[in-house]
Amino acid sequence: MAMTESPQMIACPACVVAPSAERLAELTVVPNARLMLSLPSAHCAACISTVEATMLAQPGVHSARVNLTLRRVSVEADADVTAAQLIPALEAAGYEAHELDPGLLSSTETDRQGREILMRLGVAFFSMMNIMLLSVAVWSGAEDATRDMFHWISAMIAIPTVVFVGQPFFRAAWAALRVGRLGMDVPISLALILASGISLYETLNGGEHAYFDAAVMLSFFLLLGRYLDHRSRALARSAAEELAALEVPRAIVLLDGVETLRPIAEVAKGDLVLVRPGGRMPVDGIVTAGTSEVDRGLLTGESLPSFAGPGTVVSAGEVNLTGPLTLRVIAAGRDSSLHRMADLVAVAENARTRYTTLAERAASWYSPLVHILSFSAFGYWMWQTGGDVRFAVNISAAVLIITCPCALGLAVPAVVTAASGKLFRKGVLIKNGTALERLAEVDTVVFDKTGTLTMGTPEPVDLTALAAADLAVAVALARASSHPLAQALARLDVVSAAVTDLREVPGYGVEGRLAGQPVRLGRAAWVGADPVAMTATYLSCGTGRHAISFTDQLRPGAEAAIAELMAQGKAIKLVSGDTEAAVAALAQRLGIADWVAGALPAEKAAIVRGLADQGRKVLMVGDGLNDTAALAAAHVSISPASALDAARVASDIVLLGRDMAPIGDAARISRQATRRMIENFEISAAYNVIAVPLALMGSATPLAAALAMSLSSITVSLNALRLK
Amino acid sequence: MQILTILIPVSLLLGGIGLAGFFWAMRTKQFDDPQGDASRILTKEWDDHPRP
Repeated sequence: MAMTESPQMIACPACVVAPSAERLAELTVVPNARLMLSLPSAHCAACISTVEATMLAQPGVHSARVNLTLRRVSVEADADVTAAQLIPALEAAGYEAHELDPGLLSSTETDRQGREILMRLGVAFFSMMNIMLLSVAVWSGAEDATRDMFHWISAMIAIPTVVFVGQPFFRAAWAALRVGRLGMDVPISLALILASGISLYETLNGGEHAYFDAAVMLSFFLLLGRYLDHRSRALARSAAEELAALEVPRAIVLLDGVETLRPIAEVAKGDLVLVRPGGRMPVDGIVTAGTSEVDRGLLTGESLPSFAGPGTVVSAGEVNLTGPLTLRVIAAGRDSSLHRMADLVAVAENARTRYTTLAERAASWYSPLVHILSFSAFGYWMWQTGGDVRFAVNISAAVLIITCPCALGLAVPAVVTAASGKLFRKGVLIKNGTALERLAEVDTVVFDKTGTLTMGTPEPVDLTALAAADLAVAVALARASSHPLAQALARLDVVSAAVTDLREVPGYGVEGRLAGQPVRLGRAAWVGADPVAMTATYLSCGTGRHAISFTDQLRPGAEAAIAELMAQGKAIKLVSGDTEAAVAALAQRLGIADWVAGALPAEKAAIVRGLADQGRKVLMVGDGLNDTAALAAAHVSISPASALDAARVASDIVLLGRDMAPIGDAARISRQATRRMIENFEISAAYNVIAVPLALMGSATPLAAALAMSLSSITVSLNALRLK
Repeated sequence: MQILTILIPVSLLLGGIGLAGFFWAMRTKQFDDPQGDASRILTKEWDDHPRP
């Protein structure tokens, strides 16, 4: 790997003096663009060749490489190639593709850490195997010179190994001691040092017992636990990063009337920004030109779009629905209301009382107990043998080794890895290490409505109230608009009437002519109808003025998830910022008795906090900016992948699919995982109850220590894998 | 017992080769895409001539 000397140098000494034409070309070449696309549907060998061939066929693409494990393709191309050119080609080949922001995928740092642990794990495994070979000979009765030689060889392998492999534990122990705490790492480090030290001393004096195998085995098992822990964390982080990287923030800036696409970071206050229909506001701004309707659902929870025209103030995160809008930027990037909200969440998260995990609680009584046992054994045998330091230290080292915290260090990460892997396959991403345990304690579930229990896409209700001819007119008008209510009507399987002169009036509705008569579909005031309480659009035609009401489409699996949570005996509450009529209708449909409508973001958080003050453990499920404070205030929180970035950041668990049903599974699996952890503590306690008295009495041999340690580690790992 | 002077170094050497192989595999990022590599070996694309 250090051998990177170029062979050309030897072949052509002149090249060193006079750079070849090839090198000159290399120096002047324009830096290539590196694009990263996510391919959620890639799954097979054929996909690799198809995707790579498709990419290479695109002009300007130099190389493409699919990573099937991460479902990504990375493309090296000329600087002027953009993802927007590549995505249609992939879609034509049958693959859904999304652009990822390579800057946000900072996997290199965690990669390095993971590789470092894996490297130490490899060294520990190598040493463990070799020392075991030698130890078996000693256990089966090697004597005198042979035993001493085997001990010496073991020492030569074990001491450098412990020094190299134990570093993460030594460092963590030192950090814990400096702040005056006894974590898990202190007894581990003490056991490693004491075991190696006493074994070296015994070897020097030709003694009978050496614990080199135990010291190396201990470090191997604990490193394995640490690696599992690191890997499940890294997986969650990279999946969360991928969600964030999916939103490449760009804005169309108008420079002297010319549209230019710019990263959001380069948009300044006072710039003019164009937002096309269907686009999300990239900045906070004031509308200077155009009329449209904006969907504030993610920010306020309202399901009804509101009007926007010149002078209207819009915030980042709102969705522009019908007409193009030109905004003058009031605040962009870090100053926008979206970011200020995210900062509030960060503050709320820091204030959230630190949760003590089961492992930490176990470690808090385990550490002192182990030290007391070991030191009292040392004291007792010092007194009993009349000052035989060598014998007393031997006993206390044996006690430290046998009480190895393998159940804490290996069993908990194994359970968490097994459970989060299982949930990931069901489409649930556990972002936070302690989220599983907190989820297991939940007794109350608070749901948001818009975007969480519902999809945020409306569907028309009670169409039978409308005459077939009127419906045909409404559908004809609706097909001319991209407004969500119109889209819902346009999807209906109805033959549309022959409406001519169709024209969309952004912000108001659609108008046209039917047999010379003007017809309109749109806002109540514009159509001239009386507004109703529900979300509705209004039709004016020959037969008069009609309201067409809409209800929000239920998220798939919402009913199943609520039924399952109710079956588990959890209290369900629905809290929404939407109107009373809409919330009541949904609550009745899902069988939720306890609901609150018209709640402001602060009220939502207050409701969650109020429940927590009553001693309830609250699970908050929400997706919008108005939920973020409540998500951060809850004991544990879940948001769907479609949620706003800020909401996803604030929540502990993210649902990757559209389906809601995995929430029930997550609650069940989390309870099971916690039970497994407790079982594992009991198993290792049982081993200790048998082995520790033996060690205290001084009858524990290195063989007994090795057996107790490996058997308990294997049992707890197998128990962890029993999760269903 | 003379055989030990050969066998112990041999066992250490073999283990060492395995360890070095593991290090090499990790340094050259062989574990980045296990699923993809398992599939790539089955494609017939570059069977006749190596990839340019």
